[in-house]
Amino acid sequence: MFGLGLFVAIWEAAPASGLVSTLFVPPPSLLPGAIWREITSGYWHEAVLASLGHYSLGLLLGTGIGVGLGVVTVLWPRLDEALSWIIRLLRPIPGVAWVPFAIVWFGVSETAATFIIVVGVLWLNFYATHAAVAAVDKDLLELADAFGHSGAWAKLVKILLPAATAGILSGIRSGVGQGWMAVVTAELFGIPGLGQRMIQASSLLATDVVVVYMVTIAALFGLTDMVFLLIRDRLLQWQR
Amino acid sequence: MATVVELRDLAVAHGDGPPVLAGFSASLPAGSFTAVVGPSGVGKSTLLRVIAGLTPARSGEVVVPPDNGVMHRPFALVFQEPRLLPWRTVLDNIVFGLEGLALSAEQRLTRARETLALVGLADLTGRWPHQLSGGQRQRINLARALAVRPDLLLLDEPFSALDAITRHTMQTELLRLWHETETTLLFVTHDLDEAVFLADRIMVLGGRPARVVRDFEVTLPRPRRRDTQGFAEHVGALREALSDTVADGEGI
Repeated sequence: MFGLGLFVAIWEAAPASGLVSTLFVPPPSLLPGAIWREITSGYWHEAVLASLGHYSLGLLLGTGIGVGLGVVTVLWPRLDEALSWIIRLLRPIPGVAWVPFAIVWFGVSETAATFIIVVGVLWLNFYATHAAVAAVDKDLLELADAFGHSGAWAKLVKILLPAATAGILSGIRSGVGQGWMAVVTAELFGIPGLGQRMIQASSLLATDVVVVYMVTIAALFGLTDMVFLLIRDRLLQWQR
Repeated sequence: MATVVELRDLAVAHGDGPPVLAGFSASLPAGSFTAVVGPSGVGKSTLLRVIAGLTPARSGEVVVPPDNGVMHRPFALVFQEPRLLPWRTVLDNIVFGLEGLALSAEQRLTRARETLALVGLADLTGRWPHQLSGGQRQRINLARALAVRPDLLLLDEPFSALDAITRHTMQTELLRLWHETETTLLFVTHDLDEAVFLADRIMVLGGRPARVVRDFEVTLPRPRRRDTQGFAEHVGALREALSDTVADGEGI
């Protein structure tokens, strides 16, 4: 908390002392006014709701596909072999590189933004889940067999998923953060939302408004991460 | 006493290797307590897994009794380490074993509670496994297996990782549970003292591939005391039988 206070103090002092222009570093004291203008004009709500819309959908789909793929590739090693090179090829490509294709395929639309976010969180979840499920103690699978849970489905729901929960959740958490970066990436290209509003403001050199949206994204991330932690602690209450 | 489980000429191998254990036959009467002792690596654990159907036998067969109408499993395994599911409470760990049986959720809970009371851990029902002591965990391991009311309870050196005091408590506890439930037991151990303290019959494995080289009846009266002449003689005879087999084994 002290560090943050010091940071804000220096941030405020730097433009006030005349060392840098308020255009380069808009001081924190300018922000309440800027926030108020954005809220009363209705831009803020619109941008937040639009971003939340494709963020939620993209996060849900990307997490679902990533976790699902991570599980099935452990259950069926043949599928893993077949997919592993495709995945190695696709994984290093950043979400921003998919923007042209997203726009060609889906137009400048919600769908395009959702696609970018899906790509942004997919691989994180895939690798975290794959590693977590593959690392499940084989003795527990033998235990399942010993008590008649020999089917693949029974093993999945009774052993693999609960045992891998901590690992899967750590992937999901990274995705929750990464998803917000993907939101901004997608919106920089004209899809409505926080990123688009930032671009509009920066093209008018309204840097205080840019900072408003930077803070907004940070706050939304903090909020989603907090909600996530509550859910995680509930799911992992059995851990010491 | 009626034979509960018939083991006929079982051969056991680690993976695709040559058999480590061959020609193992035994008729296990209802309510009997049989111990199998032998040096490590001789395939004792694998034998239990073959009987339980977790590993295919190289050859031979396991004959189980016809269904007695009670919802149960023919075999239940008590593992060397507790092997509890850390995300399930004590009660739900017992329920886990019962989920493979066609019981209603309520019947499962009732049976799990009864079994926990039987092993004296009724007050730990809602605890997580990490909150328990080693001895308590091993009791849950035992309770999970007893709850499925197996025709034959298979125990894989279940007390070997416990400290000496807890081990002795658990041995006495196992005997009490055996008397109360009249379960048939097959107990694998390399602890000779433990075998003599617990079992009616001790089968000694030795050689390569291992075979039953001695088959003792333990006639000591119960409750057994370790400080008696008879007890020491039994352990001595067992030690001698084992050292012979080790010597023979080396010679082959």
